[in-house]
Amino acid sequence: MAYGRRRVFDSLSCSFPRGRISVILGGSGSGKSTIVRLIGGLAQPQGGSIIVDGQEVTRISRRGLNQVRRKVGMMFQGGALLDSYSVFDNVALPLRETRRQTEREIAEAVHDILNAVGVSDADDLLPGELSGGMLRRVALARAIIRKPEVLLCDEPFSGLDPISIRRLEALLVQLNRQSAMTLVVVSHDIPSTLRMADHVLLILGEKVLEGTPAELRQSDDAEAAEFFSDGMVRLQKQGNG
Amino acid sequence: MENPVSLVGYKAVRFVQELGGMAAFAADITRSVLTPPFRFAAFVREIFKLGVLSLLIICVCGLAVGMVLGLQGHHTLVRFGAVRSLGAVVGLALIRELGPVLTALLVAGRAGSATTAEIGSMVTTEQLNGLRMLSIDPVSLVIKPKALAMLFVTPLLTALFIACGLYGGYLVGIGFLGGDPGSYMSSLRSAVDFHNDIECCMLKSVIFGLLLGLISTYRGYTSAPTAEGVSAATTSSVVISSVTILLTDYVITALWGI
Repeated sequence: MAYGRRRVFDSLSCSFPRGRISVILGGSGSGKSTIVRLIGGLAQPQGGSIIVDGQEVTRISRRGLNQVRRKVGMMFQGGALLDSYSVFDNVALPLRETRRQTEREIAEAVHDILNAVGVSDADDLLPGELSGGMLRRVALARAIIRKPEVLLCDEPFSGLDPISIRRLEALLVQLNRQSAMTLVVVSHDIPSTLRMADHVLLILGEKVLEGTPAELRQSDDAEAAEFFSDGMVRLQKQGNG
Repeated sequence: MENPVSLVGYKAVRFVQELGGMAAFAADITRSVLTPPFRFAAFVREIFKLGVLSLLIICVCGLAVGMVLGLQGHHTLVRFGAVRSLGAVVGLALIRELGPVLTALLVAGRAGSATTAEIGSMVTTEQLNGLRMLSIDPVSLVIKPKALAMLFVTPLLTALFIACGLYGGYLVGIGFLGGDPGSYMSSLRSAVDFHNDIECCMLKSVIFGLLLGLISTYRGYTSAPTAEGVSAATTSSVVISSVTILLTDYVITALWGI
């Protein structure tokens, strides 16, 4: 996979188990976000194949890709909410576009989901008027309102304070446990990864390691051990603080 | 130092790629226009943003151009003893040429640049990618209402520009310089032909509106996702729109004598 002349990775092969929380870890520029973009069909690889729920998405028609995307929600790092729409309209948009529900049913569904993510009092606000934590929660509400089978989260915790991280993390775990939604989370936050992940993909340059958090922490690989020990120090500091 | 021949080749290839990209984009918009949902509410919102908010600048500029035409026309026509034809001179200049062209240039500068910048910033903040991930076509939700509104408002603004220009010419030629109001109006009425002048003026402005809608949305849609990319796209949108309008005006006039 390359952007112009910049090669991101070669011959990467990985899979994300259904119904589990997978976290993609790695340094900056290692291609973590590119993986979720490839899964969502927002980036095209130069070769290889990407299979989402049995469907190959790299050589697929626009209509086919849209059908795959109905099963996949994505929470972007910056929220990607329409800045001229209110929070309510942003979250209602996916339902309005399907044209299967009345406006009353849509309003109920939107209020329910805004309640569930803890931003029920923000429905009249514009995205520019929200704090970072609220923005992520609204983005999460919009991503899950159509109840996708897979949720891709691109750096959901970056730039958030520890309390907001905990809240968002609890929401994601709750989603996974309650509805068996498959979560693929891009992160470089090791403490939250260790708390929530069932499966970790660690990208260290050319090297890719996969396993449970416990397996990777006990790995013989020196780089992986260093990566996790740095995160453990931060986790202990958070615990002491 | 790059080889000049390969540089020319590279630029030529880029130009053809841009043309191809724009043609494909135009086809996408056309497909979206012909298929539901028609997004009437978004279309009306865009008419307000692109049209209603441009009213003041169009009225002021139209009035100023009409006043200049009245002044220049009066000074010139007095020399030939033809000052009674002032209405015809102002009217024909505005309707056949200045009205559609200047309105299109003003719309490119005000509404076209705003459209490009808005879409470009949506690209930068991944709002369009967010829509794609919701299986919503950004061309249908964002681009179509803007391009259609541009096509719709340009002829209306042209008509307003011409009306203000005619009044400006009247104000100077009759109000300030003491011409005869009756001859101003009668020369205007006898010189301007509905089919040859007004219909063709509207046809020109529809073509300009089409080009403005396409260029301003395309430049925003394909802008690089950075602040610098949006700024470059906005600048190029205005420059390309202006040059395209002037060249198209020449081609239309040369081919059909409009």
